[in-house]
Amino acid sequence: MPDEVIFWVLALVAVAAGVMVFRFDSMARATYALLTSLLCVGGEVLLLGLDYLGVVIVLMMTIEMAIMAVFMVMYMMNPAGLMPMTMVHNKKGAAAICAAVFAVLAAGVLLAPWPSRRGRPSADPTMDLGLSLMGPQMLTMMALGLALFATIVATVVLATRRGRYDRFGDDLKARTPDDAVRGGTGR
Amino acid sequence: MPDAAPLWATVVLPVALAVAAVVAAGFDAMLSGSAERGPAGSVREAGLRALAPLREALRLLVQRPRRTTAADRLLGRLGVVLVPVAAVLAGAVLPWGFRAVSDPSVGIVWFNAMEALAWAAVWLAGWGPNSALSLVGGYRFLAQGLAYELPHMFAITTAALGAESLRVGDVVAAQDGLWFVVWMPAAFVVYLLSALAMSFWGPFEHPVSRDAAGGAAAELAGVDRLVFLGGRWLLLVVTAGFSVPLFLGGGHGPLLPGWAWTLVKTVAVLALLVAGRRALPVLRMERYMEVAWMVLVPLTLLQALFVAVVVLNR
Repeated sequence: MPDEVIFWVLALVAVAAGVMVFRFDSMARATYALLTSLLCVGGEVLLLGLDYLGVVIVLMMTIEMAIMAVFMVMYMMNPAGLMPMTMVHNKKGAAAICAAVFAVLAAGVLLAPWPSRRGRPSADPTMDLGLSLMGPQMLTMMALGLALFATIVATVVLATRRGRYDRFGDDLKARTPDDAVRGGTGR
Repeated sequence: MPDAAPLWATVVLPVALAVAAVVAAGFDAMLSGSAERGPAGSVREAGLRALAPLREALRLLVQRPRRTTAADRLLGRLGVVLVPVAAVLAGAVLPWGFRAVSDPSVGIVWFNAMEALAWAAVWLAGWGPNSALSLVGGYRFLAQGLAYELPHMFAITTAALGAESLRVGDVVAAQDGLWFVVWMPAAFVVYLLSALAMSFWGPFEHPVSRDAAGGAAAELAGVDRLVFLGGRWLLLVVTAGFSVPLFLGGGHGPLLPGWAWTLVKTVAVLALLVAGRRALPVLRMERYMEVAWMVLVPLTLLQALFVAVVVLNR
């Protein structure tokens, strides 16, 4: 019974905060409304007994949204909500698409032949979920992780304006790099 | 396996943390007093100096809060309140002897997640008042977080790796005999550094430092300021206290009972941090960033590799 109450409270808060993301006209508020929604999702995952995943969602989403607030404020107009703006564009089209997607997903929930429980819940659901998600494909997952990380590093290297020739000279022989901000290691 | 603490511990925890924070702040004020005005002449004067933070707290309680134009009150308040709340929530997995208020199977990740909440909270507190200087402070803390968070995560992961468990109780149990600090010294030092950075205190107080007129706390007055700066002391106490179960053997020790050893070790770590602060200048976060990513991240990775090899061959 308490679990059900917590489930519904978290679910309603998650959806309400998700709606508020589009209602707020301040980027900071929109970002933190999204964080509220995601923290509630983390709580729902905790309710499922997936302790590790739930707490990691809380951890990662907090860090992610704190960083994302910086970019939202940087790139969007009206960061502090002092001038009127709206988060929604193409309102009629967006509403039609949203209604259609919701109808399809809800129909899926109601019409799918859900299996009834067989056996008992496992002692370590996190482990079982991990195995069933990527057990046979562990090598693929590891390779994918490396590829993603390499992509991130490569993107940053390509995006940065100053490369090693700017820092260490044309022959790369300067002993100390010529940086805009001095300090740190060795200087 | 440590048994669960009784329910009243939930009520006692915030009070105990607050008392520890007041004592630590009093010790800090005594050291500051003797540095500025010479050693205290009498016991009475030393006591008066130690009570300075409490007097300041009472003054803030009756001070009028400051309002700024077009402030985002909701986010600002949220940020201010989240700092002590995150500290107390992180303290819930802090074992007192061998018992914590809660000892979940992922206690170490929980602790880290609550720290991350405090990280976001300081930006919110800086954003709220619609003031340039406090916003500068908030952004400084985000940048500082990017510098300290990665080595910090590797450091606490190393302790979990040594115990082969994310449960704080298991980490303490694994140190029966040999403390982790003995074979994970690098992780311990990095943890202490990030404990200071996370509570934006001492050498890492750049987000609230004087060159930005108080940074994230610039526009805070009255109760807001008390909650924010008091929350900072709570964070320092909790992060310093968490180094005890992670690296210093928790309640393990000869003769004395577990709770006494936890107390002695926590006091020792806090005293080291508070006294050591005076030997270090305030660091700009971009300088720490380079040190953190060029030196501390490889160092903590090597430390984790060493521990992993030891654990695999055990």
